[in-house]
Amino acid sequence: MTSAMTSTNMMRWTLLALVPGLVLLAWYFGTGILLNIVTASVAALVAEALMLRLRGKSITVLRDTLMDGSALLTGVLLGLALPPLLPFWMVMLAAVFALVFGKHLYGGLGHNLFNPAMVGFAVLILSFPLAMSQWPPPSQITPPLSTVEVIKAKWHTRDARADYDGVTRATPLDAWKFRQDASTTSDEFFTDPVQAANWQPWLHINLAFLVGGLCLLYLGVIPWQTPLSMLLVLGGLALLFQDGGSASSLGAPAFHLMSGATMLAAFFIITDPVTCPTLPTGLLLFGAGVAGITFIIRSIGAYPEGIAFGVLLMNACSPLIDYLLAPKNNMGEQP
Amino acid sequence: MLLSHPENAGQSARQRLRGTDLRQLSRQGLWDMNPALVQLLGLCPLLAVSNTFATSLGLGLTTLAVLILSNLSLSLVRGLLDEETRLPVQILTIASFVTLADLSLQYWFFDLHQRIGLFVALIVTNCTLLGRAEAFATRQPVLRAMLDGVMMGLGFLLVLLLMGAIRELIGSGSLFAKLHLLTGLPDITLRVTDSGFLLLLLPPGAFLTLGCLIAAKNYIDNFFAHSPSENSPSEKQEATA
Repeated sequence: MTSAMTSTNMMRWTLLALVPGLVLLAWYFGTGILLNIVTASVAALVAEALMLRLRGKSITVLRDTLMDGSALLTGVLLGLALPPLLPFWMVMLAAVFALVFGKHLYGGLGHNLFNPAMVGFAVLILSFPLAMSQWPPPSQITPPLSTVEVIKAKWHTRDARADYDGVTRATPLDAWKFRQDASTTSDEFFTDPVQAANWQPWLHINLAFLVGGLCLLYLGVIPWQTPLSMLLVLGGLALLFQDGGSASSLGAPAFHLMSGATMLAAFFIITDPVTCPTLPTGLLLFGAGVAGITFIIRSIGAYPEGIAFGVLLMNACSPLIDYLLAPKNNMGEQP
Repeated sequence: MLLSHPENAGQSARQRLRGTDLRQLSRQGLWDMNPALVQLLGLCPLLAVSNTFATSLGLGLTTLAVLILSNLSLSLVRGLLDEETRLPVQILTIASFVTLADLSLQYWFFDLHQRIGLFVALIVTNCTLLGRAEAFATRQPVLRAMLDGVMMGLGFLLVLLLMGAIRELIGSGSLFAKLHLLTGLPDITLRVTDSGFLLLLLPPGAFLTLGCLIAAKNYIDNFFAHSPSENSPSEKQEATA
């Protein structure tokens, strides 16, 4: 089945498999998510078309490239990763950066060193850390803002958005990382009804992405090595440093596996065939590296979520992993 | 060495400075062989200090002064140098002038020195200086060597200023902030927004800005290299499509 899949078909299946997670994310966090996805996708497609024209490609090439779905997938992944009240211009900026600096300056699809969606995300989190941390509470805690209000919030520049500070709250990863009371054990923290209600949506969203990802695995669209090694290593590290759920615990394995973008990254982001190592053993190393960096950043880094940096750093290591694992001849030389 | 200069081959050391030399040396330093955009030398200070206009100006001027002085003095002693001693002498000369510049900055511009002090010492390792000394100053008469120092230093300074202005304007939404510490003139800071696109102040922003500037320079070169009436391949493709 894998051999019969064209890259366009793979993109279509990937987009379809994202739907359950996307629906739940929009259900819990409002229409801002959908607006992000539409904005990022349109900006990504426009940026792709402009870059192709600048590079002197013909109209036919341009149409075929836009139809292959890769720019659309970048836009959708980016939209899924951004907070719902983020201003429109930041969403567009990230998408344009992803396509221009992350993809076309390297030579377009197949030549990019870094995952374009993660380039866009990293640009935003480095440049606007405050706006990027503003997630509204999930809908079962506070009813979400109406669509008109969301559009108004997203239309404002950052200064005017101070009004909306009151409607945002810490995501579970944020709340866990910056918990005030150092004597709270992790069991006490997660059995607290407020924290439990805060985490529950993320649990459901991650489960939905897991289901979508398993479908892709079944269809043979993605390799099994990368997600498996990422999830195993992340869970293993969490188990190792869980410390019996004491006050100095770094979080339970279930919490790390089912929060933030873990499942989205494991099945949809790090499985991008262009920016991964080519050998199956390399994929195992790649997934493990992403998990390791993510766990370190989540535990002792300055940001609550570290998957984007984990992916970018391991993207940079991919050629090296390929080089180290490439088969050698009898003289110990590489072909 | 990468820095071999078309000028030095077989030139008489006693040649006098002429008008064409002036034009040629300016064109080389400011555009054709620009240390920052073409030779890609001295990138460490260029990338590290260019996050505001004021620090760019400070470091650019210091580099310019050191480059002129080192070119001048190395050209003066060029007859005494031989293969074995030239490199140590060049490095020692440059290092002496950098130390001098460092101490002068500490004395007259202490606030500025606090901000760029680390990079002033690093001017020693700026390959533009050693490159010009090796490729030009130790092989050319004094006036030409000095003029080369002026032009190469100006080329570096202009790129540094351009990068400083772009990064400060986009990255922190202001221009000429703290410039009064350097010039002693009244504060003329332009404030566009309170906070900008932070990425440009961070190291990746330095690489992105420099990359865009190099691309722009190459684009301009290409634009003037081809006559406008000539059809580029892409335009032909478009016509057929």
